[in-house]
Amino acid sequence: MVKKTIHEINDRIRDGSVNVVTAEEMVDIVGELGAEGAAKEVDVVTTGTFGAMCSSGVWLNFGHSEPPIRISKMWLNDVEAYSGVAAVDAYIGATQQSQSKGMDYGGAHVIEDLVRGNSIDIHGISPGTDCYPRKVIDTTINIYDLNQAIMLNPRNSYQKYNAATNSTNHTLHTYMGALLPHNGNVTYSGAGVLSPMHNDPNYETIGTGTRIFLGGTQGYVVGEGTQHSPAAGFGTLMLKGDLKEMSPEYIRAATFKGYGSSLYVGMGIPIPVLNEDIAKATAVTDDDIVTNVLDYGVPSRDRPVLRTVTYGELRSGSIDINGKEVPTSPMSSFKKSREIANELKQWIRNGEFFVSMPVERLPRDTACNAMKQTNANPHVMDIMSSDVTTIREDAGFHDAAKVIMEKQFNHLPVVDSGNHLVGIVTAWDISKAVAKDEHNLVKDIMTRKVVTASPDEAVDVSAFKLDSNNVSALPVIDSNRHVVGIVTSDDISKLLARRH
Amino acid sequence: MMIKINIAADIVTKPILAESIMETGALLNISQAHFDPTRGEVVAEITSDQFRKIKDSLVGKGAEVLVLDTPISRDEEECVECGACISVCPVKVFSFADDWSLEVDSDKCIQCGTCIKMCPHNALTLGH
Repeated sequence: MVKKTIHEINDRIRDGSVNVVTAEEMVDIVGELGAEGAAKEVDVVTTGTFGAMCSSGVWLNFGHSEPPIRISKMWLNDVEAYSGVAAVDAYIGATQQSQSKGMDYGGAHVIEDLVRGNSIDIHGISPGTDCYPRKVIDTTINIYDLNQAIMLNPRNSYQKYNAATNSTNHTLHTYMGALLPHNGNVTYSGAGVLSPMHNDPNYETIGTGTRIFLGGTQGYVVGEGTQHSPAAGFGTLMLKGDLKEMSPEYIRAATFKGYGSSLYVGMGIPIPVLNEDIAKATAVTDDDIVTNVLDYGVPSRDRPVLRTVTYGELRSGSIDINGKEVPTSPMSSFKKSREIANELKQWIRNGEFFVSMPVERLPRDTACNAMKQTNANPHVMDIMSSDVTTIREDAGFHDAAKVIMEKQFNHLPVVDSGNHLVGIVTAWDISKAVAKDEHNLVKDIMTRKVVTASPDEAVDVSAFKLDSNNVSALPVIDSNRHVVGIVTSDDISKLLARRH
Repeated sequence: MMIKINIAADIVTKPILAESIMETGALLNISQAHFDPTRGEVVAEITSDQFRKIKDSLVGKGAEVLVLDTPISRDEEECVECGACISVCPVKVFSFADDWSLEVDSDKCIQCGTCIKMCPHNALTLGH
């Protein structure tokens, strides 16, 4: 059994005799020499990843103004930063969006601007106190004007991440990018063979205090990240580093259309090869790492798993979903991940970076639980009207007008001969037909692309659909497209009125 | 070659595309079409020897015809070579080289713009 210590490895880094390889190179070395041989031969294995890590942000300290102010709310380039901590500290989060530019500019862009040395406009307000009399501050700063700019990312470097696809008939815009209708594409994230946490899955060398590569400089693991769920293979890390020393090569703002901003963070962890078990773990390949393909078309916490897949399959460029070959896209850059693993390797070889042991191991038994919701979470079936009248598509529009008048509602779902929903006709459609003096059938004047709800859907989802599609009612259908009810914006307004 | 046909509000209800195709026999391969009551916009492919006659026919009927000769371009400074653009492109303009660099075969581009919306780093633009 090979046994090495951190001190021995650091001595080798110091005297230049250390043998460092990347996690990609280690696969072949273990293949050739076996785990024991590789553990004797190799001292450190470097990993790397570069991808969207929404849960990132920076603590900033601005120093005191004259007269001083205890800032209670503040904005950096019109992006709100949390400043309910003492007087002149704030935390700018990557996904906070600009009040004036919306999704196109957010906290991540402020962070990238700071890293690039660009000027940032500051606006802060305060209630004013005897010790902090000032009520408003407006100034322009850059990163060099700050006392501290400490990146502190609550949840980075997921061990692996679910792949995403979309079974609905319309494009979805998500933090996993654009997902095309009818499972038209699959997106995924993570560095597979180079994944930092997958190369030390038992967290023997990764824990509180581990020195890492973060954003182009040395950083540290603070401890486990939020939602750390190691038993499921979804370990996460909380990381910190000095933003002043970081590089825009590895800290890059991103905008996902329809979602907002996120931060691409480059990080890498050196794994000291202390024994052959660690050597064996660092030989993990893309084919060894399995993840789920989730249907993001279901707007729920528990998205259905369409299949399991390996990173090897995902990286081949396409995967099979229900007999269809679907193209895949990574959202994280493997090329940059490789650059990071190689840069870290070079730092260690040059004697500029020393490996460390954690002062505390990461927990291996925590789970990521769902939110406890104490208020009722109404579903469509709780508020929909079940007393819904439909009309056949081959009926005349006068018949539709008569039903709308008699029943005193504005939306009439249209069905085919098998009672399947095929469209919707409104009082407006009928008014148009009358105005144009065209005596048409219902199928000629109806809207064919109907936005629908299902009975067990959360009311919040229906409210989002009404809003984003600019419609005022959703026919509620069962799995056979039979109409079982209708939910309108009025129903949701009444529900909200009851809540308050 | 790719062309864009702009159809103004006053003629948007007239079948001028069909008329021009029948009149000239030119085979337009339509890759995108957007119509609403105020305007129409069609992106299509046409062989260069048929371009002149279909252009003259369409312009004669009141449409505007533009040649789309600047396909998708990539800002290499902004691009992090993640490859998010790969799976949404209908004609496989984007692919990875052996070293996981992003390769762009702009000759294939039909200028639909889908990749522009997909790119998280705003690294892609269309020339027109």
